[in-house]
Amino acid sequence: MAQDNKRRDILTVEGLKAYYQMSYFGVDREVRAVDDITMTVRRNEIYGIAGESSSGKTSFIKVLAAALRPPFRVVAGSVKYDFSSGPVDVADATDAQIEAIRWRHLSYIMQGSMSVLNPVRRIGRTFEDFAARPLGLRGKAFEERVVSHLEKLKLPADVLRAYPHELSGGMRQRVTIGLATVCRPEFIIADEPTTALDVVVQKEVLSLIRDVQQEMGSSVVFVTHDMSVHANMADRVGIIYAGRLVEEGPTRQMFFAPKHPYTAHLVASLPRIGDTTQRPALEGRPPSLAAPPSGCRFHPRCPLAIDKCKTDVPPLQTVAPDHRTACWRWQDVQPLVSPHAAHGVMA
Amino acid sequence: MTTLLNVDNVSKTFAMGGLLSRKTTAAVQNASFSLAAETPEIFTIIGESGSGKTTLARMILGLETPTTGSITFRGKPVGGATKVERMAFMAAVQPVFQNPFEAFNPLKQIDRYLESTARTFLGLKDRTAVERAMDEALQTVGLSLAEVKGRYPHEMSGGQLQRAAIARALIPNPPLLIADEPVSMVDASLRMSIVNLLKALRDDFGVSVIYITHDLATAYYISNRLIIMQRGRIVEMGDARTVLENPEHPYSRLLKASVLSTEDAGDGKLATNPDMVALATRLATAPGGQLVSRPDGRLVRVYEPV
Ligand SMILES: Nc1ncnc2c1ncn2[C@@H]1O[C@H](COP(=O)(O)OP(=O)(O)OP(=O)(O)O)[C@@H](O)[C@H]1O
Ligand SMILES: Nc1ncnc2c1ncn2[C@@H]1O[C@H](COP(=O)(O)OP(=O)(O)O)[C@@H](O)[C@H]1O
Ligand code: SF4
Ligand SMILES: [Mg+2]
Ligand SMILES: [Mg+2]
Repeated sequence: MAQDNKRRDILTVEGLKAYYQMSYFGVDREVRAVDDITMTVRRNEIYGIAGESSSGKTSFIKVLAAALRPPFRVVAGSVKYDFSSGPVDVADATDAQIEAIRWRHLSYIMQGSMSVLNPVRRIGRTFEDFAARPLGLRGKAFEERVVSHLEKLKLPADVLRAYPHELSGGMRQRVTIGLATVCRPEFIIADEPTTALDVVVQKEVLSLIRDVQQEMGSSVVFVTHDMSVHANMADRVGIIYAGRLVEEGPTRQMFFAPKHPYTAHLVASLPRIGDTTQRPALEGRPPSLAAPPSGCRFHPRCPLAIDKCKTDVPPLQTVAPDHRTACWRWQDVQPLVSPHAAHGVMA
Repeated sequence: MTTLLNVDNVSKTFAMGGLLSRKTTAAVQNASFSLAAETPEIFTIIGESGSGKTTLARMILGLETPTTGSITFRGKPVGGATKVERMAFMAAVQPVFQNPFEAFNPLKQIDRYLESTARTFLGLKDRTAVERAMDEALQTVGLSLAEVKGRYPHEMSGGQLQRAAIARALIPNPPLLIADEPVSMVDASLRMSIVNLLKALRDDFGVSVIYITHDLATAYYISNRLIIMQRGRIVEMGDARTVLENPEHPYSRLLKASVLSTEDAGDGKLATNPDMVALATRLATAPGGQLVSRPDGRLVRVYEPV
């Protein structure tokens, strides 16, 4: 069994804690953005990560992507990849080890496309900087490869001559997706990659990421707060709340049989066209990660909370095949939406 | 009826790729619409990525000059002719930009932005008054000065930054807010709280909002009127609910059909009807066409038969 899992999983995260440790005028401040996460990602799957803004999604995947910088540090735990080129624990790898896997094995589409695109360099230059070496191509051959890849993303070859500010937000986002996939990596990490796109292009880009993933058998960790994207994209979904993984399971179960009250809320809060009823917003505000609530971190906002929740941290336990939740009252969680009656019929 | 904002036959053409290239992009083509001063409304712009929404917003803000056509705010050209007029205009028409990561300088603390807005536009000098104005604006969006003070943009999440950006825009009490994708970075629950905030600004404070979004559901929920843009052109315009319930232009129909649903969660459905895509794509580059009005009050772009 252990042996099987080993081959099945490409990424194993254990007891990961990563904090922003800062000091302002002599006062130490610690933001516990990733606080004890244990999970695995399998080969050839799309793992979706959801959670509200500032819950720690970006922080978590910065660790996975080996893209963290002080004051953000790994405080405990491990992040082990099993790449074709050999195993590597990015929680304590050297810069040279990271350099060797970056783009070819592990690529990262950052939130906020401008952050990777150098404003004073033409897009084509940025492609050369990132991809020429890993691909081992130059000149005409390199350009042809890039152009044909951009075509798949519905980007004209002209963009290679453009500067980032000359492109619309959506075009820049597709450019960064192009950068991250052109070397056909084994593991792709994407942070809100379609958030700035119109719904038509969003769907195309999601299909594209999935096609690339299926064609190469690679794994994708996909972060977005948009549950409707996860519904259509992910094989499994994990929910982060206040720096912790609170529920994880197969996509369909997460939507129609959630076992955590927070997930049930997330799924039910989606507005729909034709609907002008006010949806129940979650009471209270997102918890501070500098001073998270005791016990279950969701307790101040949880409709099911009992006294025990205030003091005891619920463990992330397996409650069904592939389905884990961290809630003392998981058996009492009622799904707030039900599967569509005409399931399986496409209009 | 007096006009708050009048956009009259506005076009903007960019040269792409700098000096070496002669290629131009028609970012906005012949856009016209106006907002009345007496009836504050949420006027929504939806459209393709790269269809000219941000460019249109920037022209309304006076940050970009139209290649042809004109834009007036309260009867005067936007941007203002003198320094005094310019200040008054900038206080009255406030932007909330698309990407909060780009809206803030990474080396500048967030509260500095709010502070300079409060000082510049409210003319406040006294420290406590400035802080009160900042805190009030931050509280409206679910933040507080205590939380934001001393923080740099990279120390906040995308949603927090966007809320801070809206708070900043609210400081001078503007009659018109230009919100370019203000909710694209925030989760559904927060998204609803921000659009409800925009709604409250309209209903309780008489603020008009030009709301640019990719989210058809919130557009339906809060807008009075909307326009749908494709490749620089308005293809449909009218009452938001009339249009979204029953879109007529092929691109509008494609948009609606592309909204992801959670009803088949787990089935991995990402396909779009290829005929719809083909038709909408063809019309994107079809020559000219014109907006014609329909009995229900909407305008739809129709093309000469080929
Ligand atoms: N400064 C500029 N120089 C050259 N071209 C530009 C410039 N700004 C915008 N463009 C071009 O104008 C067109 C419209 O861009 P705009 O940013 O207005 O789109 P948008 O509708 O806001 O898109 P998105 O939904 O992706 O934000 C695009 O083709 C873009 O490449
Ligand atoms: N560079 C940083 N320095 C200090 N705190 C940060 C930094 N980046 C993020 N944070 C804090 O860490 C928490 C998690 O943020 P983030 O991972 O960006 O959330 P998400 O991606 O889920 O919106 C937030 O409280 C945020 O303010
Ligand atoms: S453990 Fe308690 S507070 Fe936490 S989610 Fe479950 S019921 Fe709610
Ligand atoms: Mg994030
Ligand atoms: Mg834009």
